[in-house]
Formats: sequence, structure tokens, C-alpha cells
Amino acid sequence: MTDPPEHAPAATAEATAATADEVMTVVAARELRGRRTCFVGIGLPSIAASLARQVHEPSLVLIYESGPIGARPTRAPLSIGDGELADTALDVVGVPEVFSYWLQGGRIDVGFLGAAQICRYGNINTTVIGPYRQPMVRLPGAGGAPEIAASAREVIVVARHTTRTFVNRLDFVTSIGHHEGGDSRKALGLPGDGPTAVITNLGVLRPEAESRELVLTAIHPGVTAAVVRERTGWPLRIATSLTETEPPTELELDTLRRLSAGRGTGSAG
Amino acid sequence: MAELVPLADAVADLVRDGDTVALEGFTHLIPFAAGHEMLRQGRRGLTLVRMTPDLLYDQMIGFGAAERLVFSWGGNPGVGSLHRLRDAVEHGWPEPLDLEEHSHAGMAARYWAGASGLPFGVLRGYVGSDLTAHTRNVSTVTCPFTGEQLTAVRAFALDVAVVHAQQVDREGNVGLWGISGVQKEAVLCARRSLVTVEERVDQLDARTRVVLPSWVVDAVSVVPQGAHPSYAAGYSERDNGFYARWDAISRDRAPFVEWMRRHVLEAPDFGAHLRLLAAETAAVGSR
Repeated sequence: MTDPPEHAPAATAEATAATADEVMTVVAARELRGRRTCFVGIGLPSIAASLARQVHEPSLVLIYESGPIGARPTRAPLSIGDGELADTALDVVGVPEVFSYWLQGGRIDVGFLGAAQICRYGNINTTVIGPYRQPMVRLPGAGGAPEIAASAREVIVVARHTTRTFVNRLDFVTSIGHHEGGDSRKALGLPGDGPTAVITNLGVLRPEAESRELVLTAIHPGVTAAVVRERTGWPLRIATSLTETEPPTELELDTLRRLSAGRGTGSAG
Repeated sequence: MAELVPLADAVADLVRDGDTVALEGFTHLIPFAAGHEMLRQGRRGLTLVRMTPDLLYDQMIGFGAAERLVFSWGGNPGVGSLHRLRDAVEHGWPEPLDLEEHSHAGMAARYWAGASGLPFGVLRGYVGSDLTAHTRNVSTVTCPFTGEQLTAVRAFALDVAVVHAQQVDREGNVGLWGISGVQKEAVLCARRSLVTVEERVDQLDARTRVVLPSWVVDAVSVVPQGAHPSYAAGYSERDNGFYARWDAISRDRAPFVEWMRRHVLEAPDFGAHLRLLAAETAAVGSR
């Protein structure tokens, strides 16, 4: 409803090539191969996590901040507290328990987050655009993200690639990625390793070993590095080993489209 | 001991102007009926507390009932912004709104500490975030055993907690199941508490996972569908269509005020609002 038309596959495109958004979701799902537990944010991360369970990693345990542990959604939930998540979960616990035992207790391999703004060190803003007391845009706020970013062993960020989102300087630091680069995250005493991949509709950014600055490591089919740089608010560096993303397989695309089609009943109203 | 009373009486008795109130619910079991009743009775100057303020708090803020919001995520899940919340923060309409914002983990720790009778909750959180520069009631504490510096958040002391649940039994014990959020903690850290339920039963359902014993609840009101457009597992489905429609209803001030007049102020009770909503939906559908 609020999405621009390019994000919904048109009826005529059903048997045709994947949209940029679909590639993003498929690549995000592939990133969950070999992981056991994933703490899932809502929106793009949620669809990718469901896709990963169905195609790549059937035993992947999905944990949602609303309390479901081991949810097995068959459609992409509209909200993070959907009945579908509770109905299919191994257990449903209270919110204090989710954050204290399961996240802070160190049981989460991967935290999956979205971002309104992200900087070159993978720090995230989901709070305000503009000054805090007089914001131009008031965003939803922190939610579970600060502690997911702190405590998950690693973090994967999924975001659409524009200069509005990939900014030189955050208006507000909501959740910490690699802080100011180098060892600065470790110096803050955060338990997890921070963002290991930022997956966009154009490519994949990963932190460089020493500086922890995000560099472009992969581009999706049909995208050039020049376009990615144009849509990044800082002088994005390109990895010497830049690769091209494997296009989505038929199975990945079919499964994704099935998941998205069943998305809640939002369109029924 | 929980008394079974009509919702209007319970709100009149338990909620006062200027109270710090939590109407909790994490997508599921959001006490819309009780919130509407507070607006109908003209409550003002409230400090509203909730982890995930959604449509209900958008309505209460847009109505001018709140002067302060303590929260961790404010949006219309899967749809977009809360326009009335944004208008209050960005333009001070209809009243300026003071924000105190936390992370989910911080809010949960504040509820947990309040329910536990402790002065603060402790967690590894907020570190490096700009939240600490703008948010009261967050500080640090040093572990006496390891020397580690940790984040401390002040315990909640609520005047009133309001939650919705599936059932109340004959003795006034409340039972709920499905996503349970921080409802139990909210009730246990409030001086007064009000629970609306779908149904009165002889015995709580076997699916019940959280019980609020009769002696920690002040009043229980039976309000079927009292969480609409949110849902009550086992009783109703989330009305995702209404969440989507709220975007247009709330986007501009005049249509919002008009909607609130018809659906809240002039509706004698929540059932009347639901019937009006059903009639409107049918009219739109047949066009």
C-alpha cells in the first residue's frame, strides 16, 4: 500500500525476471545458510527469514521480539505480533524473557535489522530525520534494535539503496554497528561482532577487516558499481574482489512470491 | 479482589486526569475499548506508557488526552507512520507531546523491575546510542562482583495498568494466551488495574499461559471484541484492513476529528463503534 509500484511484482512479470527487491530478499535469505538462530525484525527481514527456512535452512530457529520462539510462518506476517507467529511457534514467552534470556543471554546467532539511515560503519538510525527536538520526520524509534545490534553474534542489515538511506552522517544514532570503525565497537564493550553484511536492492556491502568501513563486495545482476556509488552518501569504496550475485533460482523466486502473496489480509480491507 | 463491572464504571472509578497509564499489548490484545472509554469520559493530561504505541495511542494523542508518551516503538506495523503522533511531535498539534523514549529491552526491564518491587532494572543496553542523551530514567551502575559497568533503568510506578485478555473465571481470575507482551508485568507494577475480557467462563481455557489472579486486579469488564482492530487469539483475527485504512483516516486533522466524533464521542459504547464500523465497511465494499 505504501510501497512504490516497483516493489510489487506486476501480474505480467510473474514468470519473468526478479525485481531488484526480490533479489535483495533472496540474497538476504542466502546469508542465513548454516545459522541456527535468527532474531527477526519486521518487514523485509521477516520475509527473508521465512524464505531462508523454506529453501536454505529448514532447521533455522526464528525468534521474534513479541515472544514467539521457533516460529514457522507459511506467509510473510504483516506485523511482528501476528497470530501466525504464535500459532506456529515452539513456545511463546513474554517480552522481558525474550530480551533477557534469549537475546542478552547470548543465544542468537544472527540479528536481522532494517534501517532508515545507515552510515559507512553500519550504525543505524530509526529515530528521527533532522534535530531530535524539532524533527523533520519522526520515525518509529528504537524498538528492539539497539540490543539486537549489541548482543546478536552478528547482524545483517537489509535496506533499499538510496542516498536518503546510505548517508554520510546519521541524524541520530539509534543502534550501534561498528561505531567509529577499527576497534571502537569492542571498546564500548558490546558482546556481538556487529554488522557482517548490509544487503540492498543493488548489492552487498561488508565491513573491511581492519577499518570496519563498509565496502561494496557484490553487485546484483544488471547493476554497475558506478550506480551503487551514485546512490551512496559517502565515497563508497569497491572491494578488489567484487563479485556478481548469482541470480535467484526458480525455487527461490517461486517460494518468495508464494510467501509474499499470502502476506496477511492487508489488501483485503 | 477483581470486581466484575461495566467498562464505563471501571474507567470512571480507576482512571484520573494526569495519571500515568499503560494500556499494554504487543500487537495482540490491545485494550482499544478501554482507551475509547477514557476519551469519552474526557480524561486529560495523561502520561501514556507502552512499548509499542500503535493506533490506540495515535487516537488518544490526536484527541489531546496525553501530555507525555513513554515508549520504544511508535508506528502502524506493516503500514507506516502514526500520523497523529507525528503531528504532535513535529507540529505540537493538538498539544505538544513530551517524549521519553527507550529501547524494547529497556522498557521491558523497567516493567520487570516495577513488578519485582525493585528501584531499577539492569541490562546491557543503550551503549553508544544517542538515546541516552535525550532520555530520562536511564543511567549506569557498576556490578559489585565483577566491576562491569551496566545500564540501569528506573522501575515503572504506574497509576493504572489496562490490559485485555481472553477470559475471566467465576472467581475473577484472568487468563490469557498467545503473544503476552508485558501485560503481567504492567499489572503488577500498577497501583490500580483494569482488565477487559472477551468472555466470562466457569473455568479458564486449557490454552491459558498467563494468569492474573483475582486479588491483583481491581476491575474486570466483559467487552467482546474489546481489542478490535487488534485481536484476541482464539476469539478474533487481527483486522489488518482497518490498520491499512487508519493511514488515510488519520493522515489529516479534519477527517481524523470527524472519525473520532462519530466513532468515539458520539458512540454510546464500544459495541456501537463496532457496529458503525461494520456498516461503513459494508458500504465501501458494495460500492
